[in-house]
Amino acid sequence: MNAMLPAAPPSPLVLSEATFALTLALLLLAPLAIAGVALINTGLGRCRSAAQALLGSLVLVAVAIIVFALAGSSIAGNLPGASGSAGHILHFAGKNWNLLGAAPLLLGGFGSAPPLSQLALLFEFLAAALAALVCWGSGADRLRLTAGCAAAAFLAALVFPLLAHWVWNGGWLAQLGANFSLGAGFLDPGGAATVHVLGGLSALAVVWIAGPRKGKFPKEGLSTAMPGHNAVYVLFGCLLALVGWLGWNVAGAVIWLHAPLAALPATAVNTLLSAAGALVATFAVTRLRFGKPDASLCANGWLAGLVASSACAAIVEPGAALFVGAVAGIATPLLVELLELALSIDDPSGAISVHAMGGLWGLLAAGIFAPQTGQLLAQLAGIATLLGLVLPLVYLLFWLLNRVVAFRVDPDGERIGMDLHELGGGAYPEFVIHRDESYQ
Amino acid sequence: MKYAGLLVMPAGFFLSIAALVLFPSPGPRTAFVVCGLAVEALGLGVAVRGHMEARREDRR
Repeated sequence: MNAMLPAAPPSPLVLSEATFALTLALLLLAPLAIAGVALINTGLGRCRSAAQALLGSLVLVAVAIIVFALAGSSIAGNLPGASGSAGHILHFAGKNWNLLGAAPLLLGGFGSAPPLSQLALLFEFLAAALAALVCWGSGADRLRLTAGCAAAAFLAALVFPLLAHWVWNGGWLAQLGANFSLGAGFLDPGGAATVHVLGGLSALAVVWIAGPRKGKFPKEGLSTAMPGHNAVYVLFGCLLALVGWLGWNVAGAVIWLHAPLAALPATAVNTLLSAAGALVATFAVTRLRFGKPDASLCANGWLAGLVASSACAAIVEPGAALFVGAVAGIATPLLVELLELALSIDDPSGAISVHAMGGLWGLLAAGIFAPQTGQLLAQLAGIATLLGLVLPLVYLLFWLLNRVVAFRVDPDGERIGMDLHELGGGAYPEFVIHRDESYQ
Repeated sequence: MKYAGLLVMPAGFFLSIAALVLFPSPGPRTAFVVCGLAVEALGLGVAVRGHMEARREDRR
């Protein structure tokens, strides 16, 4: 199996019927990744917030899809503009900087768009939904549903479409290769940057703004362990996510890298290798560290391997994919521990370690192992954009949003649980909920 | 302190982009892009430290 060289097809909008059908089928599997992440987020939260967590996942996905259709798709600029323009281009320093899409609002012209554009838009719909979902798990047990919906709307209307345009739809990051001879430009065929790093950085902003769960960091001693309430949900979510990720990465290779059909099995194998390498590495690390493997950390490691594969599964060789996964798997449990114990960051779902750090590592690895010269610098420029521009922008947006719609539930709501407070009923009405000692 | 860190981070981004525009040769270009990333890491470190101090005060 050879690493695939991303290259422009003879005509970027021509797609054979077989490839179209295959890519559409793969994209129809991709929602399983969303389902998997939703189950993992729910299982890692507490039982008294489980219904709110899963209902919130559904509502956030719905809000993100609607907002992306109404406004975000115009900024993403996948569909050709009414005037046929490719986007809003700034001429600076002798180069064209394509900053903003110029597609019609409300999906205008979708029906008559070329098949590849229609598939790309479907991919972006799913990506917007997953990006909005990632940070929801980090706010578990204290983030209000209304605030989660508002944050999802902001992400799907503005930040995700901007990134999608820059990375996928001929924006300035995609053109780094043409403008500055940096390999094939910034490469992110599976959405590691546009979905996972964006989601993970949004999770950091949510955690900073909402603060930790009550009792997580007591006045004296180490932080309180608040384990997830259902390891079965978490681990089954991992299996669902694998199916979705396979569809996602292979479809991304076709849509964004114009990969030939013969290159697709390698992408799928690399996805499997990355996830497998990550799980085995996390299993070994937690076994060595705690004496027994930790189920929730192993799930986080598995997911980090999948996230890292989003950036590089279609680009690197199988051996490199295994290495990328293994590094993600070793780093994830250590990062989870570092964030909680040393940096006082309460991230119940581990989204910052899994999605942000896993995605950043995958993007870097794509640059390290890609065959083109200059690719590493293109990837570094993309990473600089994510950290230096996207994180402050998301934090600013969420900080302003928090002034209008408070992120954090009131103390009484947190005490009785988000299910009773926001929905009026629990996820497990026949179960006895034990009193929480941290509220004494 | 958190806000100061978050304000430093875009400076690192602009440093990285300026390196792409100003340096055609790969050596200085790479060095300045890496410097931009280092500035961003510094800003992130300051922001995280600000968050930790806020948490420490909450605990008191």
